Amino acid sequence: MSAPPAPLLRLEGIEKRYGPVHALRGADFTLYPGEVHALLGENGAGKTTLMQVADGLVRPDAGTIRVGDAERPALTPGEARRFGIGMVHQHFTGIPAFTVAENVALATGWPVSPGPLRERVRHAAEQIGLPLDPDVRTGRLSVGLKQRLEIVKAVAADARILLLDEPTAVLAPAEVAELLDVIRRFTASGGAAVLITHKLDEALAAADRVTVLRRGEVVLRALRGDLDPAALAAAMIGGEPVVRSAASIGQQADEPAAIRAEALDVARESGYGLALRQGSLEVRPGEIVGIAAVEGNGQRELLRAVAGRVLPLRGRLQVAGPVAFIPEDRTSEGLIPELSLTENVVLGSGPEEPWMRGGRIDWRAAERYTAELLRAYDVVAAGPRAPASSLSGGNQQKVVIARELSRRPRVVVAENPTRGLDLRATAAVHARLREAAEAGAAVLVHSSDLDEVLELATRVLVVSRGVVAEPPSGEAASREEIGAMMLAGA
Amino acid sequence: MSGLEELTAGFLAAAVRVATPLLLAATGETVTERAGVINLGIEGMMLAGALAAALGASAAGPWTGVLAGIGAGTALALVFAAVVVGARGDQIITGTAVTLGAVGLTGMVYRQAYGTAGAGLNLPTLAALPVPGLREIPLIGPALFDQPAPTYLAILALPIVWWCLFRTRAGLMLRATGESQAMARAAGVRTGLVRAVATLIGGAFAGLAGATLVLAQVGTFAEKMTAGRGFIAIAIVVLGRWHPAGVGLAALLFGAATALQFLFQTLGWDVPYQLFLMLPYGLTLLALAGLVGRVRPPADLGRG
Amino acid sequence: MPRRAWVIAGTAVGLGLAVLAAGLSLAGYDAGAALAALWTGAFGSWYAFTSATLVRAVPLILIGLGIALGFRAGVFNIGAEGQFYAGAIAATWVGLHVGAMPAALAISAVWSAALLAGACWVAVPVGLRMRYGVLEVISTLLLNFVAEALVSFVVQGPLQERQGIYPQSDPIALSARLPFIPGTRLHVGLFLALGCAGVLWYLFARTRWGFKLRAVGAGPRAAEVSGRIDSRRVTAQALLASGAIAGLAGGVEVTGVSYALYQNLSPGYGFTAIAVALLARLHPLAVVAAGLLFGALEAGAGAMQRDAGVPAVAVSVVEAVVLIVVVIAAAGVQRIGLVGAARARRRAA
Repeated sequence: MSAPPAPLLRLEGIEKRYGPVHALRGADFTLYPGEVHALLGENGAGKTTLMQVADGLVRPDAGTIRVGDAERPALTPGEARRFGIGMVHQHFTGIPAFTVAENVALATGWPVSPGPLRERVRHAAEQIGLPLDPDVRTGRLSVGLKQRLEIVKAVAADARILLLDEPTAVLAPAEVAELLDVIRRFTASGGAAVLITHKLDEALAAADRVTVLRRGEVVLRALRGDLDPAALAAAMIGGEPVVRSAASIGQQADEPAAIRAEALDVARESGYGLALRQGSLEVRPGEIVGIAAVEGNGQRELLRAVAGRVLPLRGRLQVAGPVAFIPEDRTSEGLIPELSLTENVVLGSGPEEPWMRGGRIDWRAAERYTAELLRAYDVVAAGPRAPASSLSGGNQQKVVIARELSRRPRVVVAENPTRGLDLRATAAVHARLREAAEAGAAVLVHSSDLDEVLELATRVLVVSRGVVAEPPSGEAASREEIGAMMLAGA
Repeated sequence: MSGLEELTAGFLAAAVRVATPLLLAATGETVTERAGVINLGIEGMMLAGALAAALGASAAGPWTGVLAGIGAGTALALVFAAVVVGARGDQIITGTAVTLGAVGLTGMVYRQAYGTAGAGLNLPTLAALPVPGLREIPLIGPALFDQPAPTYLAILALPIVWWCLFRTRAGLMLRATGESQAMARAAGVRTGLVRAVATLIGGAFAGLAGATLVLAQVGTFAEKMTAGRGFIAIAIVVLGRWHPAGVGLAALLFGAATALQFLFQTLGWDVPYQLFLMLPYGLTLLALAGLVGRVRPPADLGRG
Repeated sequence: MPRRAWVIAGTAVGLGLAVLAAGLSLAGYDAGAALAALWTGAFGSWYAFTSATLVRAVPLILIGLGIALGFRAGVFNIGAEGQFYAGAIAATWVGLHVGAMPAALAISAVWSAALLAGACWVAVPVGLRMRYGVLEVISTLLLNFVAEALVSFVVQGPLQERQGIYPQSDPIALSARLPFIPGTRLHVGLFLALGCAGVLWYLFARTRWGFKLRAVGAGPRAAEVSGRIDSRRVTAQALLASGAIAGLAGGVEVTGVSYALYQNLSPGYGFTAIAVALLARLHPLAVVAAGLLFGALEAGAGAMQRDAGVPAVAVSVVEAVVLIVVVIAAAGVQRIGLVGAARARRRAA
């Protein structure tokens, strides 16, 4: 047998702390040419941080980076680029006001003369198999095309090592296949790709080699042939895998719907065109209706219209009382980080609360209530006066949920309520939502993780290209069927 | 030339002359704002440049004055950059502070250097440099080709700045910084350096503008003589949509509004000139409102 | 106000004075004599304190409160100078016509006019912000110049004195002039300023409206989504209130000090008040102290010019240093981030 080829990239003993959080504990990672390597782990395991070390965005506290002939304790973004490392980020890292060509020029250092640049960009994109129009203003591109731009930028900058951070999070199943195809073509020519993901099945489908990270250290390494899903899952979460089953909750089928939306037209946030067209749905008390959708297809507008945060252009909406809303972004929409927990609780309260006396606020009463809330929902915090910014992500989310659900609302709308939370916190959130439904609330929830939707919901609706549709097979709809619907559309 | 032609030519020449310091300051501010920094200290930098120019000219002639003016503007810009880029201080407040400080400092220095007389100083000024041939073009000849050197500099600066901003990598990095510091940094741009340099360039232009005001327009220095011209330059940048071509036109507009005042005086018309002074500001507000096309500033303008 | 804020304030003022002294020495003045004159002019006698310092503190406190109100809601009102003049114009015009009314009524009328004028003057930037998302920093700044031009026009035209010699208005009616505190030239406008500070404190500490304002200023998106607060409305209200108070300050100045309108009625109060508001870290009660301090500086500046030959504008250096110290301190721990909040709000709007 011939000796294995020299690795393209080697990370050894990488340590990184962010204050009290030990993000990486002596993590090792090796990447060989021509391979697709999946870096698997739960949210918060340290996958992105480890790759950001390789890309020069993060400076490790200890450890070595070996790339090419060089050995470094850390890299700058410029050096990473010179060594042929390119990261395709989860969130778009281009400049919306620039054209595609200008963004590529910024990333690659190509000269700015418009004519030749345009041609060069067009050619580069076609070469990779992801054609792009160089003159379009990047802000106007769809999410999928923006990701294309990310990849083109990296490859055009002569990357030999592509680090893709959760690239399929924003793609529909067929687009995922297309992406993996492109990656294969890239690795076939001698490059290597790292697929950072928390999706087990994706890793199984695409990878030649898998590394599993948990709590900042490597717990499992496996080759394609030796992949065992159960072992991988166990490595990722460190215990018995969570059994997936759609819970059924007692519904009152004879009660009138608590949410009734008829033919809602909702404009896009950017103002051009409709994000949601003639959307209709009904949710009864006790139901958990899950919305399955690929990001950017109108589900956000649907949820926010139902929650009363966005005004539909047309249509009718009836909700049985004030709506508890759990927004996707807890630090900019759910809470005000600088204000205290008490103030944040008061923020979400209406005029009927005991501490609101007409135009005045009784802060002492509010503080007492907040302290109770923190206790009841098991929130780890210094006290009701602590600023919201001092809490961890999971605890912040608990505060938001506590604030919204403690008033026993009749209607609950939740947008990606477990985003960025670890397994335990996620389970807690799910429990609270089920609890609310059991108490008779109508719950409307969306998650970009299809499996979470399937697990939580008693009934699933699909939103695709602005249209709300019910799977023909109803409750028996399979994952594949729903996935197909997410891609289709009127 | 007929009477009307003479009047119009005179009016245009005055408009260009008045517009020159405004254009210089605005050109510099365009570069600064394209990098995402709004510099309210420009007024103070202009004033400091004016005083430095007066001192320099008294000492060693007009061109020394010009260099001194540029130096003073740049020095103040250094302070501004240190606080805003270095210490990440708020841009608006720091700019206000720089202007306030400059007002105080120039007042002190002026009084010491020239006494309490406050009368007109006898400064060696920059004479007009007529361009032979072009100067003879009717109407616009005297306006554009019979002006002191700074005017020619200002006009030449426009295409140069345009080319630098839109046809060079440095310009791309500068604009990227102004649109999104975070993204620019991710692409390897040293945004702190870019912003600092852009601020210094703006300060140099502002200092030059102040020098022009003293040495090519008014001929002397007086306390607080810039009278808000620095802030007007900011309005010009907005009206000109952060683009050199637009800025040139907008500066001319503001110059014309002021020149109208002289025109009326010449004609002996007793028109309340203040109303015409207000006109360019009204126009700028309309432009901001998008009634003169959608105006979109650099997305990261003003953020630390 | 937390103790840290006092430390910063103290450092700022101390450093400002130190820089002034250094600058004066470098420029060839007698720094010691200048600072001594500064002190005497501000605090040297009961008369100096009341009739120089406190008189100048009143408009600074009022405008400072208005600016602090705006900042709390995340809006940047640097047009206070223009709003002040708008209020002064309105106050003068009304003040010339209320001769027949009893004093209380006359003064109320004049002050109300000033308040309204200030609000109207800022209404244009507010409208531009609401409809077109225009940066209020720029629009309020521009309107300063328009206001100054307007004053120039008015005192040389419609409101010019009967004799027509000087560019100033006739003096306002006797009934519209504020009474003095006996033994001084300090007008009762001081109590208005103090009262305003108290009202604002109560608003922020105890009322829903005040809380909404703070929420919008601290987290505009969250205020919209979780608090169901119409942040556009709140910021509009804050800006209008800010402008109204600045206009009122103009009216108070006319009825209490100048009794007439002329150009340069304000020696830059609108800008100095920014330093006042920031030094006080936007706390209404602290604004009183900061206003007093800057009033003392302005009062002392006059004496400094008279007695030590140092130009009065030199105190601007102190103001500048104070602003810079506060700005650096704020950036270090908690970014003021006002422009950023404004943009986030515009995206939300």
